[in-house]
Amino acid sequence: MKKILVQKDSYYDSVFLMLINKEVKQFDGVKDAVVSMGTDVNVELLKDMGLANEEVESATANDLIIAVEAESEEVAEKAIEAAKELLNKKKSESAESDEYRPVSLDKAVEMLPDANLVVISVPGAFAAREVRKALNMNLHVMLFSDNVSLEDEIELKKLAEEKGLLMMGPDCGTAIINGKPLCFANVVKKGDIGIVAAAGTGLQEVTCSIEKFGGGITQGIGTGGRDLKNSQVGGRMMRMGIEALKNDPETKVIVVISKPPAEDVAGKVIEALKETGKPCVIHFVGLGAGKQEGNLYYAENLEEAAGMAVALSKGEKYEKRTFTIPEEEVEAIVERETQNMAPGQKYLRGLYTGGTLADEAMILFEREIGNIYSNNQTKPELVLKDPHTSQGHTIVDLGDDVFTVGRPHPMIDPSTREERIIKEMEDPEVAVMLLDIVLGYSSHEDPAGAILDSLKKAKVKAKERGGYLSIVTSITGTKGDFQNMDEQKKKLESIGCVVMPSNYQASMLALKIIRKVG
Amino acid sequence: MNVKPINELFKKELVVINMGLESFADNLKDVGVKVLQMNWKPPAGGNKKISSLLSRLGR
Repeated sequence: MKKILVQKDSYYDSVFLMLINKEVKQFDGVKDAVVSMGTDVNVELLKDMGLANEEVESATANDLIIAVEAESEEVAEKAIEAAKELLNKKKSESAESDEYRPVSLDKAVEMLPDANLVVISVPGAFAAREVRKALNMNLHVMLFSDNVSLEDEIELKKLAEEKGLLMMGPDCGTAIINGKPLCFANVVKKGDIGIVAAAGTGLQEVTCSIEKFGGGITQGIGTGGRDLKNSQVGGRMMRMGIEALKNDPETKVIVVISKPPAEDVAGKVIEALKETGKPCVIHFVGLGAGKQEGNLYYAENLEEAAGMAVALSKGEKYEKRTFTIPEEEVEAIVERETQNMAPGQKYLRGLYTGGTLADEAMILFEREIGNIYSNNQTKPELVLKDPHTSQGHTIVDLGDDVFTVGRPHPMIDPSTREERIIKEMEDPEVAVMLLDIVLGYSSHEDPAGAILDSLKKAKVKAKERGGYLSIVTSITGTKGDFQNMDEQKKKLESIGCVVMPSNYQASMLALKIIRKVG
Repeated sequence: MNVKPINELFKKELVVINMGLESFADNLKDVGVKVLQMNWKPPAGGNKKISSLLSRLGR
């Protein structure tokens, strides 16, 4: 039995609706449910699911749709009522807060005349016009929304350049400006290292590692992933960020992070860094490491970028090392983790929530043992045939669009990864699961706790088969993060997970284990 | 390259207008940032074509 309700002119944000959707789906007797705004994409999705009627087809992005398929009409009606109740609760909570909420940017600026930055996370199709308005009002912008066209990005970044303003994004998930964490970011101590990054979780890993090594940061500027990848965008925001850090007297050392950039863009960025005259650390994930040219230092991985930057800021010599824990201890862990494995256990399964962290692990394994399957692979023959099913050595980025249609990002809602762990545990050839735990603002309140049961089950299952499942993790976070890093670590260790000091070290340990059993 | 406004921002207290996901505003309040949450709604009643037309007209 299908029931559909379309409520005209009732806008709710997508993350909130996804959480309501999840509740409704769990309702007893409900087979499937969609609670969403009537955007073109959602209407298509509903049509494919057979949950559309005329009203749905003519809905707009401002109309709320609740569609339920249930075992009986009664259940469907009850589920719709429950959804409405949850939505109303939200409305009344918003109404209770005594502050007036302006609907337009003009009105907002009138109310808050000293505003200097706008954070925009509205649906991508509507985001560009809001950014244009903000820039024209001389406001800096952090654009979290994705699905913004390349043409719009180029135009908006040109406008930002003309005005000398920040336009961080689109698809910029992390920034720290004046010590304040924006969107997905950690609480990091102040210091003298300034960062510009085209990689969200990359920026998180580097800032957290800087604090771990005893340093601190001035600014963490995000640019959005396309800034360096596309020649027409041309690394505009990264070059502006570098220029601003060059002029900033508080910044002694500059760090830039990106996935491999377009060649001509890389040249422009390097030129800009040379001109700063300040020591600069460069990490292009997977590209040229270990060399030094003048004031430029190339790092091999995210943790090394942090280590080099802290050494430069303290005027110390950077000492290259793979593990920050003693070598004997590493060997003892490898021994312990492999001694009870069954013959035939040989594969790695990297189950990541952070895109850059997944890439860092993938590139490392690709270089060391080759043939790593992933939804992030650039080699077509190694792209997972079905991203929901692993094959051979697999590293999967669960924050990819294919996993987040109609559900929140796995850093917010760990259930995507939980389901994947449960699926992987049925495979007797898995030797190691490699996981990231990302803390900080906007992330889940207990990311380790949320997957603990499934990890425990996976370990028990392997034992029942006469083997042993090794689970290697790292935590991207600081002592200042609200999730309590020490507690997170304790939880993971309580069920026998190995917790390494960084994603790089976790990947290197997993590599040692795979090499020993493979 | 003109980046003067960015360097000026570095010297000021961050004051934020949040348009969209409310949790981002809550996080900022938590760290003591002055922030105003907007009640954003899709323009032109959510009609993308009219919205883009309005945007081009600078409205």
